[in-house]
Amino acid sequence: MKLTALCGGATLLALSQSAHAEPWQHSGEAQVQQRGFFQKKPHSENAPKHWQGSVMIEPLWQKVTDSSLTSVKLFGRVDSHDKERTHWDIRELSYLTYWDDYEFKIGIDKVFWGVTESQHLVDVINQTDSVEGFDGEDKLGQPMAQFKAVKEIGTFDFWILPYFRERTLPSTEGRLAFPLPLLDAQFESSKEHNTLDLAMRYSHTLEDWDIGLSYFDGTNREPYLQQRPNGITPFYAQMWQLGTDIQGVFGDWLLKLEAIHRDSLETYFAMTTGFEYTQVGIFDTVMDLGWIAEYSFDERDSAFNQNDLFVGWRLAFNDMDGYEILFGLSQDLDSQHTFSAKLEASGRVGENWKWQVDAWAFASDQSNSPLFLLKDEDFIELSLSYYF
Amino acid sequence: MKMVIKRTLTASFVTLSLISAFSVLADQGKGLELAKLRKQADSGWQDSQATLTMELKNAAGDTSLRKLRIKSLEVNNDGDKGLTIFDTPRDVKGTAFLNHSHAVKPDDQWLYLPALKRVKRIASRNKSGPFMGSEFAYEDLSSFELEKYTFNFIEETTLDGQSVYLVEQVPVDRYSGYTKQRVWLAKSHYQPLKVEFYDRKNALLKTLELKGYQKYLDKIWRANTLVMNNVQTQKATTLTTTKLVFKTGLQVNDFNKASLKRAR
Repeated sequence: MKLTALCGGATLLALSQSAHAEPWQHSGEAQVQQRGFFQKKPHSENAPKHWQGSVMIEPLWQKVTDSSLTSVKLFGRVDSHDKERTHWDIRELSYLTYWDDYEFKIGIDKVFWGVTESQHLVDVINQTDSVEGFDGEDKLGQPMAQFKAVKEIGTFDFWILPYFRERTLPSTEGRLAFPLPLLDAQFESSKEHNTLDLAMRYSHTLEDWDIGLSYFDGTNREPYLQQRPNGITPFYAQMWQLGTDIQGVFGDWLLKLEAIHRDSLETYFAMTTGFEYTQVGIFDTVMDLGWIAEYSFDERDSAFNQNDLFVGWRLAFNDMDGYEILFGLSQDLDSQHTFSAKLEASGRVGENWKWQVDAWAFASDQSNSPLFLLKDEDFIELSLSYYF
Repeated sequence: MKMVIKRTLTASFVTLSLISAFSVLADQGKGLELAKLRKQADSGWQDSQATLTMELKNAAGDTSLRKLRIKSLEVNNDGDKGLTIFDTPRDVKGTAFLNHSHAVKPDDQWLYLPALKRVKRIASRNKSGPFMGSEFAYEDLSSFELEKYTFNFIEETTLDGQSVYLVEQVPVDRYSGYTKQRVWLAKSHYQPLKVEFYDRKNALLKTLELKGYQKYLDKIWRANTLVMNNVQTQKATTLTTTKLVFKTGLQVNDFNKASLKRAR
């Protein structure tokens, strides 16, 4: 699929190159990354005991006119151990045109819905690239056609999503993996990857409130992991989902709510709600301190956030090099010893370089908790990026 | 006898207070009148597109350069709308900031993060925070509106050989980072040549110098170099306009969340 898209895209680009005089703008990121695992207990003998390294590149080309935007963003990572983490993707290959109150986009792109920080319940258009980012923030490019109408009474978006992409999952050769090998995916739909999914969204800003209502009908991006004697089969069921995201701004407070009703193999309700409070200029300095607290509920007992509280602090130095530190703690309220913690710090070096440190710790004494699989996977990750 | 003296003293004190109250009123009247002239002289530009560089300098003299573009839309009877796009530093390239400023209530602000394709709402009551690590606070860059301050005319004087009015303006918003600003307005075009910002302890915090005034559309005066010096930290920021075009045909729908997502 990716290769077909790329060939089609290359033809398109060649045509548009000759048709218009606007130059392409080039930019991107190149990165070296090293992960260090504290516990010497990988799930397989092939997996690294302590060190897992990788290199990544993500070039971006863009062409801007008065009424259109063409984007090509490629991505590739080579990992020292995990063959699943050695992967490439077309993050973007899209053409967007706009006129009056309307927008039309065709191609591969990423769409984000939602307002909360600790998890993204309503955000279902793109598949998660979970080998790339452990926290689920990284997404695979999704083929789509999108129509947008921005009206007085709100913004209306419609998507047709041809082609389904499977979630990337770490192999047993790498860390943060499942204890058993991954088997070929299975699908509820006989069309497997070649489904045609639909999505729509209404969003509006009413004074201090941003509200969103969304509907999705298609293949569930979240696989049901079915354990077999010889491994784990990701099973992709069909689903429909109704979602809402609401955010209110009151002084230095942002109040947030995301809630979904999802009808898939199971039918359930889930939500995340909380606040973000920002203290500007703490301790008589120019630094800002943000406080985040979010509570998550999920009707499924086996879910990551079935009854969990996330608290976090974000310190922005507001200096020349953009230093930032974020600390977050997610506590399972049903089980005192089940929690995860993360520390993120980053800063710029000169005009083109940026470093980032991510550290994660996991604990669980409940063998049925998803976190139980990660309890011996505490790690620290150092990344150095060059932006061009 | 004592009683009489006391009464006389009281009476004369009251009279003095009244006189000074009248003169304060008169100065407030003149202050507001000058502020109105300032606002009036900078109206009718409709919309603009600017390319800027922002040089940050720390106390040790190290510098860092940022490139940005700002699209602005003039809004009558409320604050202006602005869309800022960052071109450098490279790691924030494509980040865009949408601001709907308001005369009295807090501005509505959104930030677009291109890597996440996410629009984040910003809680903006407290506008005293720095803009992009610079010495400019968000409120320094918000549009000038009469409702945001009370004014007091101080004196007519000269600044670097130019005839100026010195006006003191006190922010109405209790969440402003300043107790007052002293503004030197050029007599020739009513635009500021220099501003002093006083912090919440009423100590001088920053001085802004506005240089290189040029006339656009036959009536609009804009400075192309703004130098903000923080006298307490010795840090400085120079904001230079390298290109500025008015009446480019921007509309209200170029300043909403949809246009923020496609801003490049």
